[in-house]
Amino acid sequence: MASGEVKLIGAWASPFVMRPRVALNLKSVPYEFLQETFGSKSELLLKSNPVHKKIPVLLHADKPVCESNIIVEYIDETWSSSGPSLLPSLPYDRAMARFWAAYIDEKWFVALRNFLKAEGEEEKKAVIAEFEEGNALLEKAFIDCSKGKPFFNGDHIGYLDISLGSFLAWLRVTELAASYKLLDEAKTPSLCKWADHFCNDPAVKPVMPETAKLAEFAKKIFAKPQA
Amino acid sequence: MAERSEDSEEVKLLGMWASPFSRRIEIALTLKGVPYEFSEQDITNKSDLLLRLNPVYKMIPVLVHNGKPISESLVILEYIDDTWRNNPILPQDPSERAMARFWAKLIDQQICVAAMKVAGTIGEERDAAVEETRNLLMFLEKELVGKDFFGGQSLGLVDIVATLVAFWLIRTEDLLGVKVVPVEKFPEIHRWVKNLSGNDVIKKCIPPEDEHLEYIRARMDKLNIKSA
Repeated sequence: MASGEVKLIGAWASPFVMRPRVALNLKSVPYEFLQETFGSKSELLLKSNPVHKKIPVLLHADKPVCESNIIVEYIDETWSSSGPSLLPSLPYDRAMARFWAAYIDEKWFVALRNFLKAEGEEEKKAVIAEFEEGNALLEKAFIDCSKGKPFFNGDHIGYLDISLGSFLAWLRVTELAASYKLLDEAKTPSLCKWADHFCNDPAVKPVMPETAKLAEFAKKIFAKPQA
Repeated sequence: MAERSEDSEEVKLLGMWASPFSRRIEIALTLKGVPYEFSEQDITNKSDLLLRLNPVYKMIPVLVHNGKPISESLVILEYIDDTWRNNPILPQDPSERAMARFWAKLIDQQICVAAMKVAGTIGEERDAAVEETRNLLMFLEKELVGKDFFGGQSLGLVDIVATLVAFWLIRTEDLLGVKVVPVEKFPEIHRWVKNLSGNDVIKKCIPPEDEHLEYIRARMDKLNIKSA
């Protein structure tokens, strides 16, 4: 049943929270955004996600759904008659979307995080190599999945676009901080074009954190305590 | 007529007899009555076929259908459910599907990891790993109240994924020398294991107990892990 109030517990800066927000926008589903304060967890969050105590949590008629990619699939299945399908229709294409989404969270994003933490030239070089290897895989995956269309999902943004696109703002902040192009037109031209399309989509623009604002926020939360 | 194996409807599974991730695919295919060719892989000496079919992770299981490979067991399970619609392993209702996916992810990404820590550590570190595993299992314990299986009256995705707990964690407790899942603390999980053990598909698809324990004992010796 697609009826019932929709609330999303989250935070503006979280890439994982951005995922269901894009999905809800694509499906034209109005929702109340309940922002958590950085550094503390509300009673509602702890009650709605007792296992992980993490955002995002979707509350649909007060029933909680947790884990960002799982929430996106839930949104696609619940509001299936509204807006385009977020997953491809063929089982094999769906499997590819799920495979790469899992890769993005378990390998690609981990490499991005390691890049932020890397200290010294040797470590930085190793992390960059790992990250660029991942990018090359995703460039090929994009070509295979998109089949000439602008998005991984084809004509419209879908599950895999959302899964990768939600990290673009943080990627940009990292590029600024490191003065290094992590997504390079020369190495991954298709991904760069895709990133442009993604960021300019009307479902994405209102919920994509502004780079300058995010960079400020990143400085604050990663600030090393003074000796 | 010449055989066009690339385009055939044939289903091939590259797997390993003692792997919970490989066995769960066999359970799903058997549940749906899908005939398949099993190709036992030597994971200590990976075949060219495996490396070609799963270049990203170089791991089993890999399902090949219509000549196309699919890797990652949870992705494969969803593919199987999408492709063969009889005896569904995921529920129909979107919020129940979300819950099934949630538990499957918890089992693979946290319970499995914590359980492996129990096997690979000693002393205080092991005690902490045991406690972590139990805390996570308590969520599954609560889920089973009033149900024969996680999937309700029949096997579902979570049952298939949680065979890892039943036949790889609980089964090896004597070898590990610690009762990670004592029946006094986890009566529902033990009741569920009994239900699983009486199910024909499960009986057919899990590794035979004696050989399985022998294999694990040998692996533990090799890795210099003390077996009880």
